Amino acid sequence: MQGNRVIGEAAIRAGCRFYAGYPITPQNELTEYMADNMRRAKGGTFIQAESEIAAINMVLGAAAAGARAMTSSSSPGISLKQEGISSLAADELPAVIVNIMRGGPGLGNILPSQGDYFQATRGGGHGDYRTIVLAPASVQELADLTMDAFDLADRYRNPVLILADGMMGQMMEPVEFSDPSSRQYPECYILKGKGKGKSKFIRGLILDAIRMEEHNWKLYRKYQVITQKEVRFETFWTDDAEILIVAYGTAARIAKGAIKRSREMGIPVGLIRPITLWPFPMEVIRSFAERVENFLVFEMNTGQMVEDVQLALGGIGKVQFYGRPGGVIPTPAELAKVIAYQARKK
Amino acid sequence: MKKVFSRPKSLKNTAFHYCGGCGHSIAHRLIAESIDELDIQDRIIGVPPAGCAVIAYNYFDIDMLESPHGRGCAVATGIKRVLPDRVVFSYQGDGDLAAIGTAETFHAANRGENITVIFINNAVYGMTGGQMAPTTLLGQVSTTTPPGRSALLDGHPVHFSEILGQLPGTMYVERCAVNTPANVMKAKKAVKKAFQYQMDNVGFSLIEILSQCPTNWKMSPVEACRWVNEVMMKEYPLGIIKDSKR
Amino acid sequence: MIRKTIFAGFGGQGVLMMGYIYAHTVMNEGYHVTYLPSYGVEVRGGTANCTVAVSDEEIASPIASEPDYLVVMNKPSLYTYQNRVAPQGIIFLNSSIIDTRPTRKDLNIHDVPVGDIAGKLGNPRVQNVVMMGSFIKKTGLITPEAFLKGLKQILGEKKKSAMEINRKAFAAGYELEI
Repeated sequence: MQGNRVIGEAAIRAGCRFYAGYPITPQNELTEYMADNMRRAKGGTFIQAESEIAAINMVLGAAAAGARAMTSSSSPGISLKQEGISSLAADELPAVIVNIMRGGPGLGNILPSQGDYFQATRGGGHGDYRTIVLAPASVQELADLTMDAFDLADRYRNPVLILADGMMGQMMEPVEFSDPSSRQYPECYILKGKGKGKSKFIRGLILDAIRMEEHNWKLYRKYQVITQKEVRFETFWTDDAEILIVAYGTAARIAKGAIKRSREMGIPVGLIRPITLWPFPMEVIRSFAERVENFLVFEMNTGQMVEDVQLALGGIGKVQFYGRPGGVIPTPAELAKVIAYQARKK
Repeated sequence: MKKVFSRPKSLKNTAFHYCGGCGHSIAHRLIAESIDELDIQDRIIGVPPAGCAVIAYNYFDIDMLESPHGRGCAVATGIKRVLPDRVVFSYQGDGDLAAIGTAETFHAANRGENITVIFINNAVYGMTGGQMAPTTLLGQVSTTTPPGRSALLDGHPVHFSEILGQLPGTMYVERCAVNTPANVMKAKKAVKKAFQYQMDNVGFSLIEILSQCPTNWKMSPVEACRWVNEVMMKEYPLGIIKDSKR
Repeated sequence: MIRKTIFAGFGGQGVLMMGYIYAHTVMNEGYHVTYLPSYGVEVRGGTANCTVAVSDEEIASPIASEPDYLVVMNKPSLYTYQNRVAPQGIIFLNSSIIDTRPTRKDLNIHDVPVGDIAGKLGNPRVQNVVMMGSFIKKTGLITPEAFLKGLKQILGEKKKSAMEINRKAFAAGYELEI
């Protein structure tokens, strides 16, 4: 199945019952899949919104009203959604936002890119908040992580971002869907009319500085818990590695190919693949630094995650960077050459 | 002794923060009375805007979800689609609805979302201190049109209700005012009717309320009420703009 | 083992379908597979291409910078992709409408007059399946039965009557002298 459609199917299986989106390449198949299938799901709503801004705000309303809700877009559209994502974080509402990244800045192009790492991992919109960021590297993982995204969003009452790129979205690979877990979301957070009880309001506006500060610290504590509990990563051929590549998503796939080639040439190289970009696997990377000196960060941008790797290492070890921005997809052979060069230099 | 006047059940026992003579408190009260009379306090959900009414949830004793600036109709759409048997309304000012939220309002109306919009038109941005609104009159002085609004430089007053009235998805649009007791009574009728339409699944309705803002107009409350009559209504005549059930 | 193929031609020649059926079939046979279509502006511009990677282990990149096989249905695609093909690679060429030859001498060129064959069968729309008949035979990765099974699964979603002509088209391509 195609990546974009897989996200849609996984979302519906996970109980997503509200989707609003706006056309933008290369994620249109997801919107179309939802148009086709969401109405089939019992109580499901699909809306083609008038803009990305409207779509995310519809999601805000739907999430508050108790639905598992999702929207999707690609880079320029995700910029537009930031206002709503910030509101979701402030209001502590669960939602899943999919970014099928393309080349930027500005309109850029429609080719696969990883230029939105900073935007995704630093909250993206205004204010002091974070979103959980999941970075799938295969179509199978698109399915699994989409399902997980809804659970994580509920568990922490926080927006969760799926950060993939045009290649992940367009590519077809075999996929198997796992059984979704049943939803655990406390009724007390759902807005549905006061009934016989006390009236509720959900809001991000807190004019009093001390109370706003309190809210900020409350969110911060939640983010600390997420940082401790939800880090995910994969390691590949790291046991005897003397050079470690750090890459995620499409870049990580390419890195695996390059590592196989390099190993054939006798270069001991391995991979750390962050699956959660926020929370970032800081400690894992730091722990590797105890025995590996050379790190090579590989991204399809001009260097964004490399800053997190440097932060993780805190000055220990050598961090090199290789990147191809703008929608260029480097080949495993190309990266293998970079690895060989690093191996000679060291 | 018979009680003839009291605070509506749907309003909390909290004093309004609105300036003396402001139309918001009257509009709030009309909404609360309508909710009480229709007996929907338990199942209505409100969406307050960014603007003077941003803390409307301090006053209404109903469930509310704050909307980012201008997005009230999109947020209300999300709620209503998930909970079609609830009554959902957004409460928006002129800047919120007719400038930054133009697209959301227009398209919610065009989709015929079964929601109610209360549109407070006071011809200025109140909360931010009296800047030009899309509905500011030609020649009207605001902090961003110090010589008065010029059609050439600042554009024309927007008649958003009339625009929405043209859309097939819109079922009921009426412009009211809250500057005289008679107008207040009419406005109340309109608000209640709009909620009733939603409960009857008729579709999208919008009630525009010309609302006085003495503070930013730099007038006394009495002068402001008079100004609504003598100046504002010339630009924005009261009455039903569209009623598909009539 | 990894084999990458680029399928390219005009929109409407069933180029994406060729890659899709192939990918589906090799998946049935238990291989790792990725299918990556061209998308966006390019598609609307009238040309279409897709890349299928098949391997017995995890596939690093679904992109083919050096495809082992190139299937070209029109002349512009030949010009675009001929220099990418891996040394000693095979080009499957729609010889009914491509009247030029690649300039490279190391390649194995395989002419398939898909237009003529489909014309004889009375249905120009099955040109792509004729091509696949020849492609499956020459590449030898999967059996014709496996391909026809995959084809049937995909057509089954649409209409069953189409299977008959497609079977004939496939056989005609498969039986070509190579």
